[in-house]
Formats: sequence, C-alpha cells, structure tokens
Amino acid sequence: MPPRSSHAAHARLLDEVGSVDQVGIEERVAKFTTRSVKKEAKIWGLKTALSMTDLTTLEGKDTPGKIESLCRKAIHPHEGLVTPTVAAVCVYPSMVRHAKAGVGASGVKVASVATAFPSGQTHLKTRLAEVRGAVADGADEIDMVINRGAFLAGDFAQMEDEISEVLEACGAATLKVILEVSELETFDNIRKASFIAMGVLRPGDFIKTSTGKTTLNATLANNQVMIEAIRDFYLDTGIAIGMKPAGGIKTAKQSLHFLIAVKETLGDAWLNKKRYRFGASSLLNDLLRQLEKERTGAYQAPYSFSDASESY
Amino acid sequence: MATPNKNAAPGRGLIFGDLWEFDPAPETADPRLKARYDLFIGGAFVRPRSGRTFDTINPATEGKLAEISLAGAADVDLAYRAAARAFPSWSALHGRERGKYLFRIARLLQDRAREFAVAETLDGGKPIKESRDFDVPMAAAHFFYHAGWADKLEYVAPGRRVAPLGVVGQVIPWNFPLLMLAWKLAPALAMGNCVVLKPAETTSITAMKLCEILQDAELPPGVVNIVTGAGETGAAVMGHPLAAKVAFTGSTEVGKAIMRQIAGTDKKMTMELGGKAANIIFDDAPIDQAVEGIVNAIFFNQGHVCCAGSRLLVQESVADRVVAKLKSRIRVLRVGDPLDKNTDLGAINSREQLATIRRLVASGVREGAALYQSPCVLPQKGFFFPPSLFTGVTQSHRIAREEIFGPVLSILTFRTVDEAVEKANNTAYGLSAGVWTDKGSRILKMSTELKAGVVWANTFNRFDPSSPFGGYKESGFGREGGRQGLLDYASTT
Repeated sequence: MPPRSSHAAHARLLDEVGSVDQVGIEERVAKFTTRSVKKEAKIWGLKTALSMTDLTTLEGKDTPGKIESLCRKAIHPHEGLVTPTVAAVCVYPSMVRHAKAGVGASGVKVASVATAFPSGQTHLKTRLAEVRGAVADGADEIDMVINRGAFLAGDFAQMEDEISEVLEACGAATLKVILEVSELETFDNIRKASFIAMGVLRPGDFIKTSTGKTTLNATLANNQVMIEAIRDFYLDTGIAIGMKPAGGIKTAKQSLHFLIAVKETLGDAWLNKKRYRFGASSLLNDLLRQLEKERTGAYQAPYSFSDASESY
Repeated sequence: MATPNKNAAPGRGLIFGDLWEFDPAPETADPRLKARYDLFIGGAFVRPRSGRTFDTINPATEGKLAEISLAGAADVDLAYRAAARAFPSWSALHGRERGKYLFRIARLLQDRAREFAVAETLDGGKPIKESRDFDVPMAAAHFFYHAGWADKLEYVAPGRRVAPLGVVGQVIPWNFPLLMLAWKLAPALAMGNCVVLKPAETTSITAMKLCEILQDAELPPGVVNIVTGAGETGAAVMGHPLAAKVAFTGSTEVGKAIMRQIAGTDKKMTMELGGKAANIIFDDAPIDQAVEGIVNAIFFNQGHVCCAGSRLLVQESVADRVVAKLKSRIRVLRVGDPLDKNTDLGAINSREQLATIRRLVASGVREGAALYQSPCVLPQKGFFFPPSLFTGVTQSHRIAREEIFGPVLSILTFRTVDEAVEKANNTAYGLSAGVWTDKGSRILKMSTELKAGVVWANTFNRFDPSSPFGGYKESGFGREGGRQGLLDYASTT
C-alpha cells in the first residue's frame, strides 16, 4: 500500500521496526561509562580504537600539503610508539588524488565524503557525479549523506532509491551512509532510518551517525540505537553492516566507552575496523597520549604529538 | 533451551567471547573494619552482657571479616532503657535542631562514601558499583530528605498535630543493609522518636560503622541504639514492652511471626515483606529498553530485592523476541568478584540463601519449566549463582508463586490486557509491578488495576526518598519514604 501521508508512512515503519525509549536508552549507555578498563585491556582498547579511526579533515581551507601531512600521521601516528595505522583518511572529493598519493601502499584507505556533503541539497545527478569522480580519483570508501528531507516527509522510496544509485556509482568502493542524526531529531527516527539504509546496503557497508557539521554528533545514545538496529538486522537477515560514529568523539576514554557498547551489544565480531570506525580528528592524539602514558607511566606534553588537535 | 551452548550457535549468532577481556579493576578504598564490633547502646560501644559473639563473613570468599556481638534479652533491655531515657529531651528538641543532626549524619556518610561502599560490598556480596552508586548515595539522600522535614512537621498532616510515638523497635534485612537502616532511622528521628534497631545477622558491619558517624555527629546518647544478633535478638527487639511501635522489613514468614508475637499489645506496626512482582511487557513496548528493564528488575542486587520483577509477563506476540534478546543480554552480565568495578552480579548473600535459590530452581526444572542460564564462569569460592531464566512457566509453578530472592526470572505469557492484570494479581504478594508500553492510557489503566504498592511504568526499581514505598496483601502494610512514611512514625490528633 503506498503511503497516504507522511504520518502513515512513519507510523507503519515504526510499527515494523519498533520504537526506542529515550530514558531507557540513556540509562543503558550510562552503564558503559561505569566500566573500568585497565592495564592490558586498556592498551588493547586504545590500539583497537586507533586502528578504527577514519582520520578526518573536512575544511574549506584544506590544501594538498595539509592532506600530505594528514596521510603521514595516518601511517606513522607517533614516533617511537608501535601502533597500527589508522583505518582511513577521510577528505573532500577534490583532495582524494592527493590523499591517494599520500597513503601509497600503506594499507590506509582513502575515504571521501560525497553527495553534496554535508547538506546533500543538490540534484541527484550532481551528487552521483561527485561520487563517480571521487571513485575515479581512487577513493576506497564513500561517505554519503541521506536525503533527510525525503525521510522526514515519509518518502522512504526516494531515500532508498538514492542510496541504491549512490551504491551503484560506488562500484567496488565501500559505502558509508550518514543519517545526520541531529536532523532526524528522535531516537525512533534514527532507528527507522538505520533500517531503511541497511535494507539497501551490501554486507560490509556502513551506517554513520553524522557529518560533524551540525551541533549534535555521535553520542553513546545514538550510537546505541544504531548498533541495536544493526544487531537486529543481522539476526534477521544475516547481513552484517558496519557502524561509524562520527563527530564529537574527542577523547580516548570516550572511544573506549563506544567500544564497550560494541562489545556488549554486537559482540566480538564487530570489534575490528572492517565493521566499526570512528570518524574523528583530535581523537587520534588523545589515543596516542594515553598509549604513551601506558608505555612511559607519565603524560607527555601536548606539543610532543604532531599536528596537535586544534589544527584538525 | 536448557543447554546454553546451543544458543551460542555460530553463523547468525552474536559472539560474546574473550577477544577483549577486561583486567581486574578492584575498588581499593580501605573499608576500615574493626576486628570486633560491640553493641551501640546509650551512645557508646559496649560489650554484650550475653558475652557471646558470632563471625560475619565475606560471602564472596567465605573468609571471616569481623566478630559481631550477639545481643541477648538483657542487652536489648538496656538498649530500650537508654532509648526511653533519651526520648523526653530528644522529642522536646526543636525540629530544626533534630534536622541539624540528620544533615550532619548525611554529610558524614557522604564524606566516607567509598569506605562504606567497600564495607557494604565485603559484608553483603553486592557489586561495588551498586553499593557505590546506589546504596550509599540513597542512604545519604534519605537522611537529607528527612532532615528537611524535621522543622516542617506541622505541614506533614495539614489540620492535624503530629507527635512522636516514643521508642520504636526496628529490624532490617540483609539485602540493602545500610539503605534499609536509613529508611528506618531517618523518618523515626526526624519525627522525634528514639530507636532500637537490629541489622540482619549476616550484614551488621555498615550499621555498626554508622554508629561511628552517629558519635561523630554528636547525636545525643540513647537516641539510636543498635543491637546485633539473629532471630532471637530480633524477637526481643520486636516484643519489648517499651516499644511503642515496631517496624520490620524482611520475609513474610518472619513478619507473620512478629505479628503473632505482638498480637494483643497496643504497639503500632509497619511491615515491609516479600514480593513476587509482575513485570508486564506489552507488544508495543520499546523492546530493547524493556529488556534492559527486565535485567534491572530481576538481576539488580543478585535479585535480593523484595520488589524485584521476578515474574515476567510478556505478550505472546513478542514473547519470542523478548526472550531471545534477554538471553543475549544476560550473556554479557559479568558475574564475579563483588569488589571489581565491572561486576554486574556479585555474591549471593549467604550459604543458606544460595541453598534456597538452588532448591527453588530445582523445583522449576522438576515441574517442567525450561531453564536457561548464562554460560558465565563462576568463581570457585564463595556463594554465586548465574543469571537464570525459566520459560514455559505457568501460574501453578512454585517458581511463579514463591519468592526466590535470587537472580532467577520466571517468564509467563499473556494475550490480552485483562489476562495480564489477572495473572499479575494472582499472587499472595503486592509490593510492586512494572508496565512496559508506548501507550499512556494503558499505563494509567494498569496502575489502577494492579494490586501493588508501586507500579513502575517503562522503568523498574526506581527509588526516591520522597516516594512512599510499601505493599498490599502479604507484602505488608505501612509506607516508607515521603510524607506517608513519616506519618507512620507519628501519632496524629
């Protein structure tokens, strides 16, 4: 039955995927923050978070030089510390070429935001052309934004169609679908939008909280709503979708809280960069600072880490 | 369903393994325990006249923590006399002054919160995160709340005058030793009564530590007297002729015995007894949060909670989903060392209680219900029981009727609202209930039809000092907390 109204469409979808209680979800995630992760477990968590980081710069003032420096940091996060590389660098489409050259054969992926990031407010063919351009320049991963207007209007078919067209334009590149949770406003909507996106995606693609360009980005609560949706979808269909919280995760401690949420909700199979990413910039230096503290027993001055967070 | 490993099936199952195992994270604050605890009578620590002591142990290790005095009838009598001597001046004191003492107690307790939390966990077995985040802060909150009432008693019952009753005898249980003590002491003192209180024999330590705080707060001697011991001491406290009122929290069985004991006297009574609460999940409930609520309802404090949601009533159309999610959820509950900050379920309070739980679980299996237990590894020493749930339970099963007082959930299903109400009320108890639904009108309907003292909507095991707590039917009578609780320590004219 076609939707008679946006309300009917939303009501039907909510009935299908189930609702989320705000008080309950916030109570649940508060428990993750009381977990105490020490010693070896802490080092494992910090290194894992580091290996999941999509080191990001999305600024009008980005230059090829800045991207080169970002790539070096991505490959060699800190002198004298044995760490994995980060998962990917995440840049604007015009910077993909430079990033591709910068990461070389290091194994660090190049992710590009596309589809008129962050608003998505341009013609579909323009958005698709942007995706094709980024892929042609060598992007391994595409971070797209959903059509929030279509979603809020209850036009889910349009939202799905657009995601599938972007998916087609991606070719072999991994797709991450940004829901922009702050514009969806309710946890119910975040859950609904997660299911719509997952219904289109391939195994190994991601759903992602936000662009980092609005006031409210990744929180433990909206992360929880999305990973519970991923879990339910996986148990129903067998299709494993990845998750990427982005924006607002600045400290190592926060990232451990997110990983604890993953451990206790999705389980061990999601505790790797193929299925979980952090979209972050300043997080990396705090992870390094904590790892150095574990190694040396003392906190190092902020300036001893390259590209101190403010510059990202 | 009875074999946990089948649920960990690979393929579409989730893996909750040891990829990222947490290192031990024990709370290290010093509980400052004494080797021996005397009785607290007339403002001083005194050796028991009985000359007898008993050991209190750590249920997680079975190691001895301290020696506790065993108060005999003579000791209880001394305590009552001390309380009676203190009563005239204490009750005549301006409420504002009594309030100051209560504020002082609350603040001193906050100052020593970590120490008290560790002591509570060592003696009772509950996880440190609960004693740290719930028991101790809530105990302080009760003193603060009632401190605020002490100078406003003329407003407790508008149009009537309130007066203290005299000396009250109080006996508290072992599940929330310090918190139950605060629930009992704070309103009694705010109203101007004097108290003789007996903690449970397995968990006396924090009560005796609180006496140190009472001394530091310079509470006048005799206003609070604490005597330790087991059932006989409790009977002496409840039956003493000087007791104007007795307040008891504990099992329905003991509550009935106390009522028989004091029948024919003019003592006032309040009883907070057992429960077998129904936690009702409707098909429109937010399922994941409901599952979280079920976990809070039954596994909080190892299920040693009189208002625990021990009967899950779930609407048939969502029963399979709820049970599947619940099984998945309890796999990640961490059972073990109560002092570890990551522990979700600590030790069962005593060997006797563990035996009770095992006996009732065995009866559930024998009567044909399907048992699922978390595949967690239990510590070698100490008293532990894994989070457990029974499916296929009917109203006639023992596990649906008797209070297990452990981490064991009995799951029943229903089809209609009326059936849910009928099943929920089909119990001798009536302490609490939970309702999970997105529909507000249904919450209101259920809350009027459920015969329970507390009905939680889309949450469970939430407490506040201003909210009265107490039961229907065999769950007792009288209220604790709020204005109503205060009035149970007063005579009104």
